[in-house]
Amino acid sequence: MEALGKVFKYGENVDTDVIIPARYLNSSDPAELATHAMEDIDKDFVKKVNKGDIIVAGKNFGCGSSREHAPIAIKAAGVSCVIAPTFARIFYRNAINIGLPIVECPEAAKAINEGDEVKVNFDTGEIVDNTTGQSFKGQPFPEFMQKIIKAEGLVNYVNQK
Amino acid sequence: MGMTMTQKILAAHAGLDKVVAGQLIEADLDLVLGNDITSPVAIKEMDKMKTEGVFDKDKIALVPDHFVPNKDIKSAEHCKCVREFAHKYDITNYFEVGEMGIEHALLPEKGLTVAGDVIIGADSHTCTYGALGAFSTGVGSTDMAAGMATGKAWFKVPSAIKFVLKGKLPKYVSGKDVILHIIGKIGVDGALYKSMEFVGEGVKALSMDDRFAIANMAIEAGGKNGIFPVDDLTVAYMKEHSTRPYKVYEADADAEYDEVYEIDLSSLRPTVAFPHLPENTKTIDEITEEVKIDQVVIGSCTNGRIEDLRAAAEVLKGKHIKKGIRAIILPATQDIYMQSIKEGLTETFIKAGCVVSTPTCGPCLGGYMGVLAAGERCVSTTNRNFVGRMGHVDSEVYLASPYVAAASALTGYITSPDKLTTE
Repeated sequence: MEALGKVFKYGENVDTDVIIPARYLNSSDPAELATHAMEDIDKDFVKKVNKGDIIVAGKNFGCGSSREHAPIAIKAAGVSCVIAPTFARIFYRNAINIGLPIVECPEAAKAINEGDEVKVNFDTGEIVDNTTGQSFKGQPFPEFMQKIIKAEGLVNYVNQK
Repeated sequence: MGMTMTQKILAAHAGLDKVVAGQLIEADLDLVLGNDITSPVAIKEMDKMKTEGVFDKDKIALVPDHFVPNKDIKSAEHCKCVREFAHKYDITNYFEVGEMGIEHALLPEKGLTVAGDVIIGADSHTCTYGALGAFSTGVGSTDMAAGMATGKAWFKVPSAIKFVLKGKLPKYVSGKDVILHIIGKIGVDGALYKSMEFVGEGVKALSMDDRFAIANMAIEAGGKNGIFPVDDLTVAYMKEHSTRPYKVYEADADAEYDEVYEIDLSSLRPTVAFPHLPENTKTIDEITEEVKIDQVVIGSCTNGRIEDLRAAAEVLKGKHIKKGIRAIILPATQDIYMQSIKEGLTETFIKAGCVVSTPTCGPCLGGYMGVLAAGERCVSTTNRNFVGRMGHVDSEVYLASPYVAAASALTGYITSPDKLTTE
């Protein structure tokens, strides 16, 4: 399984309020949430994003509210992967539970530039910046989480048990 | 090597004698919580699971509190979804408008959370119940769904940071100032994935409402949970509110901590977090410029409890807020609302020119009941001041205690309550 796409780059502590503002939380429809993804940090994001694109950001990505609407909105907008040095813990759980791939890699998060074309291999954790030619090794998931990811989310994982 | 208080609770709920930081475990849950924003997503996910209903109808709490009374048609549909689910599975602890309150103030008040519990909630401020000596943490909707179906959740056992509290808080300094001080010190990811354990003789001098406010904002430092030891005050609170049995866990003397901080409560000052992160703190004395404001909000799961209202009323009594300032006061539960009326606090607020709202999370997350326009500033006793948190992306939120918020409503700029008394 891998991701290949153009990078949208953001800073540290990107919170769930800017990922999907609460004024849109009166909906739980992924397609509708996707039309407001990243709106309060980058109002043109939904116009520019293409299916498969990748978000690269600074530390503590997804901090704040527990709203699962945040990874849902990003995923439904077409994003195939988020790379950051660290993720806020509830966002981390939610991303795994809904099947949005995330990779912790401080070096990649620092070196990759806005607009670069990046490839991520989820099996090996390898991240390659095709634009600059640099490659990085992301933190692999613990085995337990790989099982949830392989099941494509917690719901299927529970169903398989 | 011993275990921290959090690790002991998790070990007991995973049926293990011992756990270590980093270990993945599956723990039995004493309570699973959801609100009107997160539950509809969880209900949809639960429908996809091959399960026979909920694991225990008495161990699920559904509290529509964010956008109720229904703010618009879409919110009404969400609330209807939660109401129908509660009815279908005969959920004991579903709280309709009229009996509800803000979830993290309501559940302890109703006696649903006690020491030794393991609680997950699809709301990030679920960490509040650590004030009672429980392990409680925020999760997303899918985790909530799995929790409702199976009564279990997976956790990575956290390491911990120990905060040793000493001394007593001075006048006009509250639990809110303690946690803002700590977040200012360690940053919004200073406790990422970790427990924050509050210990020391200073704990005794903190009221339950102070402890709830402190544990509530553990998430704003990235923490998995915040937790207090159980003392006489905790036991008295639980006896007053709950008939459920509780269990007291204590950290081992040789428990390992990643870091230890000593905090002298007597040295703390009223503290304000400037936009747009809770870590951007300044003590009231460090604010040299006049920060003019448009609105004040006193309420939320952090500071909507009776002591918070008493603090605000103490400052506002017999006075009137500055002309042109909006002050919105939200008692966190119906019981707190009634108590506020009984004690004459509500009259003080209304005479001072404040509006008093039914319990709701509304303004804290820019939902309704106090949304900010572009360029507006609000001093708020809530817990987040991110970009656009309370409304327009160009609005600003300053987080503070009820004392500071009330004092600021009187002057129209961020003001120390002790400055008012000397004027």
